[in-house]
Amino acid sequence: MHYYKPQSFDEAVQIAASASGVTRFLAGGTDVLVQLRAGTVTPDHLIDLKLIPGVHDIARTEDGGWKIGIAVSGIDLGRHAELVAEWPGVVEGMSLVGSTQVQGRATLTGNLCNGSPAADSVPGLVTARATVTVVGPNGSREVAVEDIPAGPGRNVLQQGEIISAITLPPRGKNSGDAYLRFIPRTEMDIAVVGVAVSVTLDGDKIIAARVALGAVAPKVLVAADAAAALIGSTLDDAAIAALQAAVTAAAVPITDRRGTVEFRKDVVAVLAARAARIAYDRAKGAV
Amino acid sequence: MSKVHVSAVVNGDNVDFLADPRESLLDCLRDQLGLTGSKEGCGTGDCGACSVTVDGVLVCSCLMLGVEAEGKTIGTVEGLADVGTLHPLQRKFIEHAALQCGFCTPGILVASKALLDHNPDPTETEVRYWLAGNLCRCTGYDKIVRAVMDAAAELREAV
Repeated sequence: MHYYKPQSFDEAVQIAASASGVTRFLAGGTDVLVQLRAGTVTPDHLIDLKLIPGVHDIARTEDGGWKIGIAVSGIDLGRHAELVAEWPGVVEGMSLVGSTQVQGRATLTGNLCNGSPAADSVPGLVTARATVTVVGPNGSREVAVEDIPAGPGRNVLQQGEIISAITLPPRGKNSGDAYLRFIPRTEMDIAVVGVAVSVTLDGDKIIAARVALGAVAPKVLVAADAAAALIGSTLDDAAIAALQAAVTAAAVPITDRRGTVEFRKDVVAVLAARAARIAYDRAKGAV
Repeated sequence: MSKVHVSAVVNGDNVDFLADPRESLLDCLRDQLGLTGSKEGCGTGDCGACSVTVDGVLVCSCLMLGVEAEGKTIGTVEGLADVGTLHPLQRKFIEHAALQCGFCTPGILVASKALLDHNPDPTETEVRYWLAGNLCRCTGYDKIVRAVMDAAAELREAV
């Protein structure tokens, strides 16, 4: 195994594009090292991205959004007061990943690229309309977060392509988001179902909404009908009922050792209602 | 496989070692530097027995490569006691009998110290959540939590 420490994304792309055999990128390493140890993936080329300038930074974009470096850990994210105030749902998704120790290393980009349908940080990024910058041999492009996973354990990145940053758009006024997951214990577990909701209000009325579902499909699911059920409402009982019907209809889960199809379709509705209420309250100014 | 020269600071001492890029930091600490306090329980970041601090951040040393330690400041359980005087956490673990087989203890001590360094007055709930990534199959955790709370109280008085 060759270990590289490129000083720029261009250099990292060059290494990856010209490498033959299995290539892995190293940021937090909480998936790569587990696979290495288990022998499921033994890279021929391991490219450590943490020495590239800017990868540890959380910075304001010109339009008032955020650019999050690919090596920013869960702890760094959680300790960034301004980001937490604007995007609590994004941050609380990431903060549910693993233990304190894992939080010290794990990254949003890693959680996304690992391709788990149950990745806790991904639904919140999707409802935030986050994008990633993909750099590769043919230049760079912006890709919506929901378009990165390709299925369990897979993503759409081609050889030589790397995500160089995650961008959150400006939050805007009277907006709030939330992420909730169900696990059978209180900590250190993989989501059986995860739901993120983001809303923007005009007075009491919801004028924009996004709903994303985790662990109920091969990859994160954008529930457009569920968002439509919220828009124009004041989150009254009828809107909640329509939201719940929509997420249950959208969910296409499997039965496995962590939950059945019936259970997941039921729980997704419960979590959607709760997450919508939290997002709505946050948009109203609740902390 | 060519080995990589790594310079780091471990428990205040400058150290140099040669790491195979496939070796975890835990392997390097134990096999290259002879610091066998950090334990390998699972090797996959689930049990916390290998907990160390890297530039002050608590991590599993099994989830980090030795080569990534270049230029870093590492803290292990061997750095807790001050020349023969146990750290209050270590003393309270003994007083409260907060260990049985002891395999998880170094990791829990390092994790607890990292908690108290950034939150000197944690609630019991905060202690339990912070230590959720440190598995102990003997004690049932109650005595560990009591020892950490007691050590925190003593450390607050000492300030």
